[in-house]
Amino acid sequence: MASVEISRVTKAFGATQVIHGVDVAIEDGEFVVLVGPSGCGKSTLLRMVAGLEQITGGEISIGGRVVNDLPPKERDIAMVFQNYALYPHMTVRDNMAFSMKLRGASSAEIDKRVGDAADILGLKPYLDRFPRQLSGGQRQRVAMGRAIVRDPQVFLFDEPLSNLDAKLRVQMRTEIKALHQRLKTTSIYVTHDQVEAMTMADRIVVMHDGIVEQAGAPLDLYDRPANQFVAGFIGSPAMNFIPGRIDRGGAVAVVADGGLRLPLAADAGGEHGQKVIYGVRPEHLGLGPGFEAVVQVVEPTGADTFVFCDAAGVRICANVEERQGFAPGGRIALAPRLDMVHLFDAESGRALPRRN
Amino acid sequence: MTVAAHGYAPAASDRWRRLALAFSDSRNLLGLVFMLPAAALLIVFLAYPLGLGLWLGFTDANLGSTGRFTGIANYLSLAGDPVYWLSVSNTILYTVIASAAKFFLGLWLALLLNQNVPFKAFVRAIVLLPWIVPTVLSAIAFWWIYDTQFSVITWALKGLGLIDGSIDFLGNGTNARISVIVANVWRGIPFVAISLLAGLQTIPGSLYEAATLDGASSYQRFRYITLPMLTPIIAVVMTFSVLFTFTDFQLIYVLTRGGPVNTTHLMATLAFQRAIPGGRLGEGAALASSMIPFLVAAVMFSYYGLQRRKWQQGTRD
Ligand SMILES: Nc1ncnc2c1ncn2[C@@H]1O[C@H](COP(=O)(O)OP(=O)(O)OP(=O)(O)O)[C@@H](O)[C@H]1O
Ligand SMILES: [Mg+2]
Repeated sequence: MASVEISRVTKAFGATQVIHGVDVAIEDGEFVVLVGPSGCGKSTLLRMVAGLEQITGGEISIGGRVVNDLPPKERDIAMVFQNYALYPHMTVRDNMAFSMKLRGASSAEIDKRVGDAADILGLKPYLDRFPRQLSGGQRQRVAMGRAIVRDPQVFLFDEPLSNLDAKLRVQMRTEIKALHQRLKTTSIYVTHDQVEAMTMADRIVVMHDGIVEQAGAPLDLYDRPANQFVAGFIGSPAMNFIPGRIDRGGAVAVVADGGLRLPLAADAGGEHGQKVIYGVRPEHLGLGPGFEAVVQVVEPTGADTFVFCDAAGVRICANVEERQGFAPGGRIALAPRLDMVHLFDAESGRALPRRN
Repeated sequence: MTVAAHGYAPAASDRWRRLALAFSDSRNLLGLVFMLPAAALLIVFLAYPLGLGLWLGFTDANLGSTGRFTGIANYLSLAGDPVYWLSVSNTILYTVIASAAKFFLGLWLALLLNQNVPFKAFVRAIVLLPWIVPTVLSAIAFWWIYDTQFSVITWALKGLGLIDGSIDFLGNGTNARISVIVANVWRGIPFVAISLLAGLQTIPGSLYEAATLDGASSYQRFRYITLPMLTPIIAVVMTFSVLFTFTDFQLIYVLTRGGPVNTTHLMATLAFQRAIPGGRLGEGAALASSMIPFLVAAVMFSYYGLQRRKWQQGTRD
């Protein structure tokens, strides 16, 4: 087990730079999730840690040792690929034993380690099968088994669950987390699914276009997003954004473009007249005195009712507890939880801190 | 087919419609109809000549007469014919050495082309050239290359000051054998290289990455990933390569006509020589037929020994 230090790392493929100076410090035993939209450079960053891509600039160290020029096999890391990359011509047993065989381990030791890993993952009955005789979830487990057997300093996962169906994904999510709690190996996990990130991570690193937008504990990111991108990315359904200007004449509010007044807490930041984005999550909008909106679509899911409505020309979503009484075209009053309202500067997208 | 069983005579057009319906309903019949043209071609151009050849082998036919059935007389006389046995050993030597060389060089070339070489497409096109050129043309080119007086190889080596006299490429037995094998290898490499390259490209890159992380050196990646994943394609490609080489005719016929003193005669060239210029059709046919067991053996070896792997079949147990 080891810490991983990524400092000022850049990466360019030819003339195109895809990573623009990333800093992430991962503590020993931590489970860090890199999350971000497709193409933001998550895989590239992970592959640089693994040694599968050259590091263009900056430094990566594992366990205090700079690994920039270290070949992958000397970095003592194990990686689980999105397509699993199981060796199709080897049985499950041989897939898991491959690295130890290469290292020249004794067959007794190999048997023990493979047996232990198979026990942990419930793979005992399948040890003599070939990968194509396994289901997707079982293959996924073999890929993890191959990593566990190595007993590496760091586990790297590149979207390991994205080839599984929704139900299995939820199940494997829990299994991976339980596994981490048991083995306590430092792990870096890449996904574009923010739910996966929220549920699994000790700490989330949100990436966007080759930079880190924000890093922090899942609920920190949820409660205190540093900018509009993170606010919109974390949380499902996504946060509502309504553009407007701050009005400090009388009760503090944001006046949306159509003249709609969106209420703010008294300690809300920002200057009078400043152009801002008013952000509030669907789950923080309830029925009550606040502002008016026109109902467009109602989606009851049983536990929640999502009401999509038009407020000042913007489509917003409210997650309300009431089940009935919404007719498309009808007007409802929505009350935001003022302590959960976020303000972002319209230009920079940065969150405006509260006054105190 | 039940039209007649109805007990009444339907109108003619009705009957035809039913017939057409029954016909299109029957998959087997339809399949048979679609197969007919191909089957006809096979019968006319493959099965018939093969059958005729086999039959001629049991006769004393020559260019003037259709011949009488003579049983295995032709085979008995071949069995006592040292030239025949020389051609058999020549053919085996030629096939083994040329196929092995084609395999190793082809694999090496495929591995090379699979990496990021500059001008990839261009290089690949070049590699295919020997395969595109008609055999006889390339054989004639080699004939020039091997010419006693005008050989470019002799010329170049002389220019470099490495040799004084001319090399007699096709004049003595050993040289001639080496020369025809080299020509055959040159011609056969593209097929092996391009087929294996296609096979290499089906191996996902992530397997190599996984193996690298597992600590495999580049030799170990080749040994434990590339080679086993390539085996099925190697088996197919080499079966074909062996069949082509074993039955080779054109190269030898253009370059040496089996000489000097039969040292490069293959079974195919000897069979031709006995049958057509020699006029002894029956004996030539018997000689040609005697290749069949070798060919069948080669196919069986590849089919049972190499081709199918358990990990490919995906049978559940
Ligand atoms: N070998 C390469 N050559 C050139 N550009 C590349 C290469 N690999 C990746 N890129 C570019 O780098 C950027 C980041 O790619 P990367 O694979 O890291 O994205 P990602 O965040 O993992 O996305 P996804 O969620 O879709 O997997 C992309 O814009 C991609 O086009
Ligand atoms: Mg990726």
